[in-house]
Amino acid sequence: MAVAAKKSPAPRTTASKAAAPKSSARRSDKSADALDFSKDQELAAYRQMLEIRRFEEKAGQMYGMGLIGGFCHLYIGQEAVVVGMQSALKPGDQVITGYRDHGHMLATGMDPKGVMAELTGRRGGYSKGKGGSMHMFSIEKGFFGGHGIVGAQVSLGTGLAFANHYRDNGGVCLTYFGDGASNQGQVYESFNMAELWKLPVVYIIENNRYAMGTSVSRASAQTDFSKRGASFNIPGEQVDGMDVRAVKAAGERAVEFARSGKGPYILEMLTYRYRGHSMSDPAKYRSKEEVQKMRTEHDPIEQVRARLLEKGWASEDDLKAVDADIREVMNAAADFASHDPEPDPSELYTDVLR
Amino acid sequence: MPTEILMPALSPTMEKGNLAKWIKKEGDTVKSGDVIAEIETDKATMEVEAVDEGTLGKILVPEGTQDVAVNTPIAVILADGEDASAVAAPAPKAAESAPPVAAAPAEPVPVVASAPAPAAPAIVSAPAPEPEVPEGTEMVNQTMREALRDAMAEEMRRDGDVFVMGEEVAEYQGAYKITQGLLQEFGAKRVIDTPITEHGFAGVGVGAAMAGLKPIVEFMTFNFAMQAIDQIINSAAKTLYMSGGQIQCSIVFRGPNGAAARVAAQHSQDYTSWYSHIPGLKVVAPYTAADAKGLLKAAIRDPNPVIFLENEILYGHSSPVPKLDDFIVPLGKARIARPGKDVTLVAWSIGMSYALKAAEELAKLGIDAEVIDLRTIRPMDTETILASVRKTGRLVTVEEGWGQSGVGAEISARVMENAFDYLDAPVLRVYGKDVPMPYAANLEKLALPNVQEVVEAARAVTYR
Repeated sequence: MAVAAKKSPAPRTTASKAAAPKSSARRSDKSADALDFSKDQELAAYRQMLEIRRFEEKAGQMYGMGLIGGFCHLYIGQEAVVVGMQSALKPGDQVITGYRDHGHMLATGMDPKGVMAELTGRRGGYSKGKGGSMHMFSIEKGFFGGHGIVGAQVSLGTGLAFANHYRDNGGVCLTYFGDGASNQGQVYESFNMAELWKLPVVYIIENNRYAMGTSVSRASAQTDFSKRGASFNIPGEQVDGMDVRAVKAAGERAVEFARSGKGPYILEMLTYRYRGHSMSDPAKYRSKEEVQKMRTEHDPIEQVRARLLEKGWASEDDLKAVDADIREVMNAAADFASHDPEPDPSELYTDVLR
Repeated sequence: MPTEILMPALSPTMEKGNLAKWIKKEGDTVKSGDVIAEIETDKATMEVEAVDEGTLGKILVPEGTQDVAVNTPIAVILADGEDASAVAAPAPKAAESAPPVAAAPAEPVPVVASAPAPAAPAIVSAPAPEPEVPEGTEMVNQTMREALRDAMAEEMRRDGDVFVMGEEVAEYQGAYKITQGLLQEFGAKRVIDTPITEHGFAGVGVGAAMAGLKPIVEFMTFNFAMQAIDQIINSAAKTLYMSGGQIQCSIVFRGPNGAAARVAAQHSQDYTSWYSHIPGLKVVAPYTAADAKGLLKAAIRDPNPVIFLENEILYGHSSPVPKLDDFIVPLGKARIARPGKDVTLVAWSIGMSYALKAAEELAKLGIDAEVIDLRTIRPMDTETILASVRKTGRLVTVEEGWGQSGVGAEISARVMENAFDYLDAPVLRVYGKDVPMPYAANLEKLALPNVQEVVEAARAVTYR
């Protein structure tokens, strides 16, 4: 069980924006054919997105049981973004994001057990229980966090790209941040340097429409985030972040652009989070109908599921079996994370300095 | 097997809540994401979503129940073919009678028995050995400016991962000419002019360090690093710990710190105590050219983030530097600049100039002062200070920074904790006056510590 927003009785003052891309000069005009996935691609995307969702549902449940403490920001609804983008990467590329990071970690291939055990603060967690939900890393998988200060990861990701450029190793850094972080000054300091030095970085702005409780239109003078790089000459495009095929196609264009030495690229992912900002957010700033509409009309997983069934690539039973598999993995992760011991007290003073 | 739905905790501090309403009724089918109930906390009304799928077999806590303890079973979900009659209905527990959440998890949670925190690593540790300067080594007079440049150049020759970035470090040759000649030798790839964007380039430097490079980030002055302090502390200093030791950040942040001359409040601040507060950082503040060179080379090689605090007034001062291929001064080791027996003066950076001049004045009064150049503020070489205080019984600290929560306050506390019985007088501190730095020449002079204040403090603690 988990929690979600309750409908607010107060009238909303902000117009909601559809998740589909708005008209934009730089909007992709690729034909639908170019976006088509093969059966294997659809099945893989279905599984990966469902893994993230089931993980997050389980995390929400464990938070409710008091096994996870502090802040816990769930990624439910935004799964297509990380799954689509990850499929555009090569080994050696890097990923960095903010505090809503569980989906990104799973997408890079990090072990759900290690992630869940970090959420419960146990020694088997990726940070030995010393980082928590917002601070996890895996050099092996190219995941550089997990950062709790809004916008800080944008400069850091630009620095990872700087290192690729310095070493001329062909690597690209995916730097994720939200519509809220997009108003932080260091984002633009980073844009400037990234374009000035032609750094191989793709900035992915996950616009889920709310920076905690503040809607985009209440916080941003320019709500088309794909244009936020315009004064630095960084190209950008808006992408339907609920459609994993559109994300992958845009991701491949952007990553290729950055890898070929042309500099940074901005992708604004139009997406939506179903849950509150964190577990303790009742989400009164938006209507229940708005959430329900997104879930029923734009859900990233349901879209793939419908196509799989429609094309006869999978039966209801096949998909049920996938779900059962994933539930088993997540139950095992939850079980591990519930029973793994807490860090040894001697860990208190380790890892402060090397 | 039927699955129990438990009363969820909906915030980091929630222990109980009211079951306001059941949205699903017994016998209803539920799937993941369905809202099944509403719960009131002290802050908000929240919806409870199902995670498990099946049929709502039995409601164990009726709607309207107040103060339901977190983790109380509130309903049971049945899988296909299961029967509600198999479910024993426990009485709903009220929070008053229920143990708090931490004591009532759904499953036994192995928790390391609550134990006292382990002892912190000793504040007083064995001093590192003095750097080896072989007998007969030629000494060359150099300015601190030249010594710093040589240190960077030597380390850049030695390690291709070392690079320097900052405002005006390349083509302009350094706002204070510390990077003079580096662009010519190492090229624009490794000597990088940044835009005026401290927060951004500090973060870029930290990101590059996380990827394994070894940046030297120059701040034109540390006054401007306040724009970047979030990246220095939250990203550089904490990531090793937060990653469980996975991500190291080998980076040097360097530049002039503290008052220069007549540049007023915003450009004349001493940040030593700010950075020395932070676990995960090392903080260095040299006084001599030799130390500047040896310590900067050590800082560049150190796997941790190092704050290297220089002083603009000292840049032009010359002192002897050993002519060695690889002269390193270990971090964390103080230097006895002048041995003495009557009173210990502890200083660092430009504070040393007051302390050394004061020692000369004191000698004329028959007071034999021992002057310790701390050199590294974190980790602090407490042992060298304590050994001196055990000998002299008296201590005066000297710093340009403000007194409150200053480095002198920390030294004083450590001496009280570790050598109280050796003290023959209270520790006295000489520090910058508790005001923003004034512009007027006379007021600026008054705001800074001076030799006379150090002399008077030393006389006070020696009762002479």
